[in-house]
Amino acid sequence: MSHTSIAEIYIFILAAFVGYQVITRVPPLLHTPLMSATNAISGISLVGSLVVAGRDENAVASVLGVIAVACATINIVGGFIITDRMLKMFGSRQRPPTKEAP
Amino acid sequence: MTARELITDATYLVASVLFILGLRSLTRPETARRGMQLAAFGMLAAICGTLMHHEIVSYGGVLVGLGIGTLIGWPLGTRVAMTAMPQRIAISHLFGALAATLVGVAEFYSHRHAGEPMPRGMMGALAFEVLFGALTVSGSFVAFGKLQELLPGRPLTFRGQNVMNVSLFAGAVALGALLVAEPETAWAFYALVGLSFVIGFSMVLPIGGADMPVVVSLLNSYAGLAASATGFAIGNNVLIICGALDGASGFLLSILMSKAMNRSFGNVLFGAFGAAPAGPRGALEERPMKAISAEDAAATLAFARRVVVVPGYGLAVAQAQQLTREMADQIEKRGGDVKYAIHPVAGRMPGHMNVLLAEANVQYEKMVEMEEINEHFSSVDVAVVIGANDVVNPAAKRDPKSPIFGMPILDVDQARQVFVLKRGKGAGFAGIDNDLFFEEKTSLIFGDAKASLQKLVAEMKAL
Repeated sequence: MSHTSIAEIYIFILAAFVGYQVITRVPPLLHTPLMSATNAISGISLVGSLVVAGRDENAVASVLGVIAVACATINIVGGFIITDRMLKMFGSRQRPPTKEAP
Repeated sequence: MTARELITDATYLVASVLFILGLRSLTRPETARRGMQLAAFGMLAAICGTLMHHEIVSYGGVLVGLGIGTLIGWPLGTRVAMTAMPQRIAISHLFGALAATLVGVAEFYSHRHAGEPMPRGMMGALAFEVLFGALTVSGSFVAFGKLQELLPGRPLTFRGQNVMNVSLFAGAVALGALLVAEPETAWAFYALVGLSFVIGFSMVLPIGGADMPVVVSLLNSYAGLAASATGFAIGNNVLIICGALDGASGFLLSILMSKAMNRSFGNVLFGAFGAAPAGPRGALEERPMKAISAEDAAATLAFARRVVVVPGYGLAVAQAQQLTREMADQIEKRGGDVKYAIHPVAGRMPGHMNVLLAEANVQYEKMVEMEEINEHFSSVDVAVVIGANDVVNPAAKRDPKSPIFGMPILDVDQARQVFVLKRGKGAGFAGIDNDLFFEEKTSLIFGDAKASLQKLVAEMKAL
């Protein structure tokens, strides 16, 4: 096993640990935005797809790469927008409930 | 390392830090929005950093992919209704996992095409990638179908199902082991992709609609693991980090959801859950339930000091969130206090009910978690249960023989008076009778939640 792959395993374990620590503190109130946020963030697989799509090695890989780029972009664009839409609704201080005259 | 590679790597580091900070900002509603906007900026930086990667020589396909993705992603972000969030999330797991799987297949194909030997470590990572990727694709597809009601929500089961699932999984592990030993076996790689695809179907099809919060969380975790495996395969750290964050998040939410639904963690990990207990249905209808008119209920509610609303999925189905808030406004106008008791599995995914209420302009400070509100139910004048059933069933505490025994519930039976808005006299989703409905202090308002609330609000306004 090479040094790089050992380092990668370190990174994976430490990141999972950080993720666990951070995410345990997210209140149930925001669990749906949390899920859409992690979805948007995992759209980072776009960076892998971009390289596959643009490497121009063979037609099969390029076509698969372009589809992968489209899929990951959907998650990034859609994911960040919908997360923002939800979080905007949780900014209640700026939006007091509509009061009717008694 | 050239200057260009250095810049690309720097953007990845920036992105990783901003992602972690973004998730951290979700700890508090006030900081959350800003934090996630920073995370989106980090994403943009990483994409720009990648576009100057030296291996990218042809930009035509890249731009086509980015364009198509934006065209589809935009409406998925701006148009989808909050009630449809569970299926929206399921479909995005599908896209994420599909991207990972396709990258895995493309990497394998390119290596063989170029006649390069495949290192064992990389082969192992690719095997993991397509296993988790492909099973998440088909699993999410089924979950989406069930949530969107394109597929029947009831569990589809047959004899020997678990045996079949275990053998399928064992087959996939065997293929993976064979590939690591002999990385050149192309048939085994494509067989692994196909088999993983089948596993996703056979894993989620038997699971009923009520268990979807667990399934969606679990698929979130699998999609993350697939992304991480991609990072290992192509030696990309930011992918490993994000996949790990995603995996940890989904894993944690699955544990929380399974606890809230009274299922063991082992059940969740292997996805071998879902056969909903077939309890007696409507067997106890002879017992008297006390009905109350909207008029009487309105009079009581209007002058109650402390009211707790217990919303269930039925509220979302009836699209009655807005009316619920109007009812609360009427109580608050007269000086009463209204809180919302949120059970962890109220809705079809973790935290779903909070989003639905927030959309109806309910302030988040008024949404109270189960543990916290349970301490206060004894001082509550009226608890209003809207479209919830199993999460307020005292049998979970009292009756060891009940299928939901041990499930954490909202202690609505401690309140001084209980109003239940209920469609009909039948049992809940799990088919279990609910003693709460027969208690002395409980009054039922029968009918569609929306219609009942409309009457209630109108009566209260008239008072």
